[in-house]
Amino acid sequence: MSTTAPPVEGGPGAPSVASGGGESLSDYARRWWAGVKAGELGSLPIIVGLIIVAIVFQSQNDNFLTAGNFVNLIVQAAAITTIGMGIVFVLLLGEIDLSVGFVSGVAGVVTALLTLPDNSHVFAAGPTLVIVLLVGLGIGTFHGLLITKIGIPSFVVTLAGLLGWNGVVLLLIGDRGTVIIQNDFFVGFANDFLPKSTSWILAIVGIALYAGMLFWQRIQRARHGLPSAPDALLLLRVAVLAIAVLAVVYVCNQDRGVPYVMLVLSGLFIFWTYVLNRTRFGRHIYAVGGSAEAARRAGISVDNIKIACFAICSMMAAIGGIILASRLRSVDTNSGGGSILLYSIAAPVIGGTSLFGGRGTIKSAVLGALVIASIDNGLGLLGLSAGTKFVITAGVLLLAVTVDSIARKGRASSGRA
Amino acid sequence: MTDTPMLELRGVSKSFGAVQALYEVDFHVSAGEVMALVGDNGAGKSTLIKCIAGIYSIDSGEILFEGQPVSIHGPKDAARLGIEIVYQDLALADNLDVVQNMFLGREEVTRPLRSLDELTMEKRANNTLEQLSVTTISSVRQVVAGLSGGQRQSVAVAKAVMWNSKVVILDEPTAALGVAQTRQVLDLVKRLGQQGLAVVLISHNLHDIFEVADSITVLRLGQNVAEYKRTEVTQTQVVEAITAGKLSKIPGVQDEVIA
Repeated sequence: MSTTAPPVEGGPGAPSVASGGGESLSDYARRWWAGVKAGELGSLPIIVGLIIVAIVFQSQNDNFLTAGNFVNLIVQAAAITTIGMGIVFVLLLGEIDLSVGFVSGVAGVVTALLTLPDNSHVFAAGPTLVIVLLVGLGIGTFHGLLITKIGIPSFVVTLAGLLGWNGVVLLLIGDRGTVIIQNDFFVGFANDFLPKSTSWILAIVGIALYAGMLFWQRIQRARHGLPSAPDALLLLRVAVLAIAVLAVVYVCNQDRGVPYVMLVLSGLFIFWTYVLNRTRFGRHIYAVGGSAEAARRAGISVDNIKIACFAICSMMAAIGGIILASRLRSVDTNSGGGSILLYSIAAPVIGGTSLFGGRGTIKSAVLGALVIASIDNGLGLLGLSAGTKFVITAGVLLLAVTVDSIARKGRASSGRA
Repeated sequence: MTDTPMLELRGVSKSFGAVQALYEVDFHVSAGEVMALVGDNGAGKSTLIKCIAGIYSIDSGEILFEGQPVSIHGPKDAARLGIEIVYQDLALADNLDVVQNMFLGREEVTRPLRSLDELTMEKRANNTLEQLSVTTISSVRQVVAGLSGGQRQSVAVAKAVMWNSKVVILDEPTAALGVAQTRQVLDLVKRLGQQGLAVVLISHNLHDIFEVADSITVLRLGQNVAEYKRTEVTQTQVVEAITAGKLSKIPGVQDEVIA
């Protein structure tokens, strides 16, 4: 494998090698660095950002880097991570969904109301979950139909959704004020912890599966005579993942344990990453985002892809709504309001998903949400007001988009647009 | 060249409101033949290929494929028959790599999970590029945005011929290319004809056409005005046909043409 040899000074000036099989780790690193300089930043800015955030807050408050606060952080980030994963789908299309905040609110309120013991008919956790997910899918499909079949810009449809679903939350709550969630399953969703041994087993199984998958691919590619990344790089990837996962489990187990919601997040992360990278549907989403015309000419139903993405987005917002309601153990007229919407959209953008469509990953939502939740959490520990939090988070968002835009220019000037 | 044309259009008409874009156009191309389709701007070349592609439905007339009348209602119908079109703007997604673009909409999947079969796709993409002697693309895993115009055109052509297609229609394949890249693409067009495909080449560049085409069909204001064998015609005659070819029907809406 060789790149198109971008005209970067200090880059691989020598003629690019076409073989690729015998590429060493240092060649790979040099090529990666050339890519970074040409604007292929990947997750680099965000990891640097996270480190800076951790250093700054730890220097201000000793409680930031403690096991207890780390567990809190995961639970706090869970809802915006989930909603952000859904946002990735609409951002990949180059669209936007402004309604996710209150769609999550609707989902939370519906969850609370369906499981309320003083109802004439109380739903069990399973059916409630199914109904709420279907409500999410239905709302998203409705948005998608308006956007594709009638041709209203997604900004307008979901702006109306922002107002409309807020209204639905108010109507559903009525004069109750606050509804306490009384179903054990839904309370435990964001408040229970995995048994410590179970976490270790799951972590090790997960790492083993990841390593197995990478090396299976490596063997298959070699068998078919196709070039692959150097073995050392595969080992490095497995090592990085293993260290990260084991560290998370270890730190959490110092405190209350790994939150149950972490398992949900991991499941969603793996599932949607698989969908985006390994299925025809996922490939078609990228194609529609990159060039809707190319996709249409390739026989892809652009409308169906868009509707599906909005449906997924709203469904993920519904799951986020359940997590949010569970964490607070109640829903009220303000459910899904406040900073939820903006944090959820900011998360994938900070994580490196492009607002212009065609570029983005599920991982970006996770990393971005981690940054936002860290700042929110850290500023909270410092006892700063909501106003300060918003201003600083806004600054980080602007910084992230600036980095993206500059990287875009870099890509354009080196022909990687 | 066989007696039955691979693709034949008989008396095809198409109008958009009051504008008659095509008027009883006849057109045919045989296996192994490179047929050039020429005409000035607005002559109806693009409309004609969009009718063949099924993007527009025809108002009247018929389309025959291997002698059989067919109806084409969309890009998928055309693809099923073995008609592939390489559009002027290439229709490649910049954010996808070469393999992903070549298989767009027709990805191979593996059995149990219906997950993408990247291995098969990468191998087939490599083979196709090799068959077409495209040597300018060093890695099929690079993103299309980073390719030159000639490389992109090669990818688009390779994408078109990979599907055992029988008819390949190229819309202005050399329009935006430099000298060396034009050379690459013209060689590629010749090879397609030699491999037994029916090739339709749309171009404004008569020099290119006289280099690779076997026959030339001239459209003017939506009508056929001439059809030549390349060996029996000069560039001047073709230019005359393009600009002043005899029309069978004077379009009523375009008075300035008569004057």
